[in-house]
Amino acid sequence: MTVILGQTFTGISIGAVLLLIALGLSLTFGQMNVINMAHGEFIMAGAYTTYVLQKSISDAGMSLLVALPVAFLVSGALGALLEWLLIRRLYLRPLDTLLVTWGVSLMLQQLARDIFGAPNVQTRAPDWLTGNVTLIGGADPLTVANSRLFILGLAVAAVVALASTLRLTPLGRRIRAVVQNRDLAEVSGISTARVDRTAFFVGSGLAGIAGVALTLVGPIGPTMGTNVIIDAFLVIVVGGIGQLKGTVIVAFVLGVLQSVLEYSTTVSVAKVLVLVAIVAFLQWRPQGLYTLRTRSLV
Amino acid sequence: MSGLEIRRLRVSFDGFTAVDGVDLDVRPGDLRFLIGPNGAGKTTLVDAVTGLVKAEGSVRFDGEELLGRSVHRIARSGIGRTFQTATVFEELTVLQNLDIAAGAGRSMWTMLRRRKDVPESVVRALETIGLTDLADSPAGTLAHGQKQWLEIGMLLVQDVRLLLLDEPVAGMSHDEREATGALLRRISEERTVVVIEHDMDFMRSFARSVSVLHAGRLLSEGTVAEVQADPKVQEVYLGHAAATEDATVVQEA
Repeated sequence: MTVILGQTFTGISIGAVLLLIALGLSLTFGQMNVINMAHGEFIMAGAYTTYVLQKSISDAGMSLLVALPVAFLVSGALGALLEWLLIRRLYLRPLDTLLVTWGVSLMLQQLARDIFGAPNVQTRAPDWLTGNVTLIGGADPLTVANSRLFILGLAVAAVVALASTLRLTPLGRRIRAVVQNRDLAEVSGISTARVDRTAFFVGSGLAGIAGVALTLVGPIGPTMGTNVIIDAFLVIVVGGIGQLKGTVIVAFVLGVLQSVLEYSTTVSVAKVLVLVAIVAFLQWRPQGLYTLRTRSLV
Repeated sequence: MSGLEIRRLRVSFDGFTAVDGVDLDVRPGDLRFLIGPNGAGKTTLVDAVTGLVKAEGSVRFDGEELLGRSVHRIARSGIGRTFQTATVFEELTVLQNLDIAAGAGRSMWTMLRRRKDVPESVVRALETIGLTDLADSPAGTLAHGQKQWLEIGMLLVQDVRLLLLDEPVAGMSHDEREATGALLRRISEERTVVVIEHDMDFMRSFARSVSVLHAGRLLSEGTVAEVQADPKVQEVYLGHAAATEDATVVQEA
């Protein structure tokens, strides 16, 4: 029993990481349909921001908390810059965008190597994240690492923040309007160029937050972005493009699936099985878990 | 001079000239119908005025030059349009559609605040277009005619001074047409309205003045009676339409 619960919770925490890395993409790829291969490097930028901040702020807990907003701004600014320099010239040209942002991704990786060196670096976890919480006591205890709980909380907070921004604020409404009909938004007096840049800033900023979270579960290195970017795209595609709900559900389902399969087989076999499951699922529902239905003619 | 003044407007796509040196004046308070056979350049002319296609020449509204401005700037200087196929933000509710149109000029920083109250202009527009009961339904679920009214409502809350309507009654029933016509008549009392239409009955009932386009050029202009009496118009357009008087609704492809 404890084994099942334990694996489920491990899965949920893997899912929380998946969700954090995919969340920014759900805006830039899911909503705006921009295939940004450099999204992983924005995650990396967030992770290195945490690393740099820890050098200047000695208290590990404080530096982690400061890193969250700073990483959001750093990665967001990188994203807005990328949008302004390149992506805005490439809207509706997905293949070109893919190649160009892939090039940017390689450049950013090299930049990280030049600044921080090729070997991975580590951050110290603050004391209040190093322990475990015992969820079920007794002879067969179920314990969960504090850092995993923190990431889960962060993922939930990020989803709630993004969802309520999109649903409730005029900014979110405007982003959705531009996504749905660019021409109509523009003739209604909305500056679509500015909305695009703002949305890209927010989406990339969320990648920065994911980067901060990743420093708690693994090393920081120039290639950390490449390791996660495919998973992030998979979560979006399986969840249904442009559907936040789908992204959330799929992130957790894939996390639990991965964890349970890992327990009964090995890490690599589990990865293969998860990918096979995704391929099979997309054969059955190519449009992903959720799709949109309207009476629109187009 | 005020109102819409178009001078020597030219639009070409890869060598094909869709609008070829059109001059057009529409005064405030006018209800101008723009008619012409398919491919006459009517929609392209509206696209050019609203900045969606590049054009040469001059388009002034209330003395301000519009050509060369970005699309949203033209929209913010009081010019609104609808599209040939009813075009609204399908996933947003009727109210949100109107709210977006009403607040398009607001800065990004004020936009993170949630507003609970509905602006007065939005409430009035909802009543004018008769969609108060459907305010919270997604616009994608509206019937075709209701979407077309919502489009007009979106222009009203923007408080535009010039409305360019591309086939506002296409696909509407007779009663809906009458209601739309009456609405346009009311709107045009204090604003400039230009309507592209293929429905000749609708034009005869509601037009104050008519401009006929043919092959990118202005063919004739005047009241409904004057235009109908013009032999050139009869030859290229009305003569052809007269033969199929009963099939008055001609859908543009």
